[in-house]
Amino acid sequence: MSVLVDKADLSLKYTAHYNEVKDELFANSSDILNAQRNKAFQNFVLQGIPTRRNENYKYTNLNPAFLPDFKFIHTKEEKKADISEVFRCDVPQLNTNLALVFNGWFYKNETEKGDLPEGVILDSLDSISKERPELLEKYASLANVEEDPMVALNTAFAKDGFFLYVPKNVVVESPIQIINLLQDEKDTFSTQRNFILVEDGAKVQVLLCDHTLNLNQYLNNSVTEIFAGNNSEVEFYTLQNQHNKATNINSVFIDQQRDSRVTSHTASLHGGLIRNNLKFALNGENAEAHMYGMAFMDKKQHVDNFTQVIHAAPHCESNQIYKNVLDEKSTGAFAGRIHVVRDAQKTNAFQRNNNLLLTDEATMQTKPQLIIDADDVKCSHGATVGQIDEEALFYLRARGINEDQARLMMMNAFAHEVVKEIKLEPLRDRIDELVDKRLKGEVARCHDCAYQCDC
Amino acid sequence: MLKIKDLYASVEGMEILKGINLEVKPGEVHAIMGPNGSGKSTLANVLAGKEDYEVTNGEVVFEGEDLLEKSPEERAKDGIFLSFQYPVEIPGVPMVNFLKTSVNEHRKHKGLKELTAGEFLKLMREKMDLVDMHTKLTNRMVNEGFSGGEKKKNEIFQMALLEPKLAILDETDSGLDIDALKTVANGVNALKSPERSTIVVTHYQRLLDYIVPDYVHILYQGKIVKTAGKELALHLEEKGYDWIKSENGN
Repeated sequence: MSVLVDKADLSLKYTAHYNEVKDELFANSSDILNAQRNKAFQNFVLQGIPTRRNENYKYTNLNPAFLPDFKFIHTKEEKKADISEVFRCDVPQLNTNLALVFNGWFYKNETEKGDLPEGVILDSLDSISKERPELLEKYASLANVEEDPMVALNTAFAKDGFFLYVPKNVVVESPIQIINLLQDEKDTFSTQRNFILVEDGAKVQVLLCDHTLNLNQYLNNSVTEIFAGNNSEVEFYTLQNQHNKATNINSVFIDQQRDSRVTSHTASLHGGLIRNNLKFALNGENAEAHMYGMAFMDKKQHVDNFTQVIHAAPHCESNQIYKNVLDEKSTGAFAGRIHVVRDAQKTNAFQRNNNLLLTDEATMQTKPQLIIDADDVKCSHGATVGQIDEEALFYLRARGINEDQARLMMMNAFAHEVVKEIKLEPLRDRIDELVDKRLKGEVARCHDCAYQCDC
Repeated sequence: MLKIKDLYASVEGMEILKGINLEVKPGEVHAIMGPNGSGKSTLANVLAGKEDYEVTNGEVVFEGEDLLEKSPEERAKDGIFLSFQYPVEIPGVPMVNFLKTSVNEHRKHKGLKELTAGEFLKLMREKMDLVDMHTKLTNRMVNEGFSGGEKKKNEIFQMALLEPKLAILDETDSGLDIDALKTVANGVNALKSPERSTIVVTHYQRLLDYIVPDYVHILYQGKIVKTAGKELALHLEEKGYDWIKSENGN
């Protein structure tokens, strides 16, 4: 069978699936979510499963990830895992408000009452879209189904995920932690749709932890839309720790209004194939966006960070630092686009991507792109791909530090520039520790949970 | 303590050391002088185990063991300390972590208990006074943003922490003003003991006013062409390296 036929079959397979489960998708779902489905699916079919021919997926072919006969969970299942066990998995000394997303579905933490301030809502997207539709007026306004087939597919399948609302001027002191688990006895396709609405002057920190709990194949396709109002402050941390047979496609869209400050921090510790789409739109003056990413890959793992920042208003600042450590035959890609529109004068936009290749077989593709239509701006970008500095290595060894340990110190040092930007101190310490374990070749678990898997 | 016999070494196929013979006994201070390009730094780096240099002939015995067989870290733990001519900046590696790891690796090697963070900090404070090291430096990343003088001070500070048997000071005086030179030399002298030996590699005589050598060797074109007492350095200062060059047929 030729590859072409395979591909056509694969698209047909998904079309057949959509038609088959359409009733189930629409049933018990809100009008808000249902209104987007058909159009979104058409857009998915038009664009197809992304392969290298798609300019935005030039370095990541998703076709093989779609091959398994996945189970889809379009209706909420009874939770199979012992959720109270899962909720023990947290970052020590980090007092968080915990919630769980299990195979794409939101489960409230019934065992522990958090300390969310009045008016703050952390709930399921499914229920909020039915009970408080007015809070979801902007649903699907950022995640454009015409621009990305994975966003289109997510919007077509979207049934649930987490919903977070922080009303005007409310400061959420304890971070919100969402544990995102994949576990089923079958290979599973999970769709997760999240929505964060942070009103003017509000402040919140969100920590998302992605895990797989057994060794089945998973494809997780998640979309998160974040709206940051005037003068709001949002910190958004993503910790990716899945096994080698998991594909994680994670698209995050952020709309920033005047004087807002949003930080996104993505730590990819483990995973088979990871694709992070991150799109910031700076729509109000004096907004500030910070984007940090680090990835540690080995074996045949692949990580692809695709960022876009649209400077649509004057006096805004964006800052990106992405670092990858690639070992064995792993591959990495970074594509970062900065677009300064015509009237966005006095823009400051910076981008840097540094990569450390530990073997001759590891490869990295990096592609910065600046589109500048304004004339009074400061923009810069830089990328490096290199090996460990041998002079520095010798210096450490000449002080009695053995070669492995010296390398480890150097790799930690490389990552540290990104780690140090984590403002939540317990989380920073924990990530420091996880990075260290990861670089030592130990399995880095970010929870002490009882789930045992060789992932 | 250290015996170098007929040592030849090359870098990228170019022969730099062409038959070095040298013996250093416990407590001795040897100065190795010579014009630029004579192989002084190569000798220092070969002794420390830098892999860019290939030893093509000869042997080096340190404390009765074949030194050339050992990795740089083993040599360090056996008691060889190289004070770098150009200490490397290592962004992201905090000084304190680096020093503590280094000290504890040495201790493990000697069969001693590793120091706790508290114990280490106490030791560090003691040694800091020796070279007038400031906490503003120890709180930074390794050598990051240090001035030339601060980097050299940091080398001697590390030497004080590690208490080596043989210290090799590679052009420790280069780039130092007179005050920094004195501080560094005082640090080296304070560490002097009947068991501890020092090889001072230098281009100029001025460091030897402060660190007084027992022997001065002149290295020229990869060989030691002259050995004498400390007066040789003064003689050299007076006559310049041309004297050596003309004596050796150039």
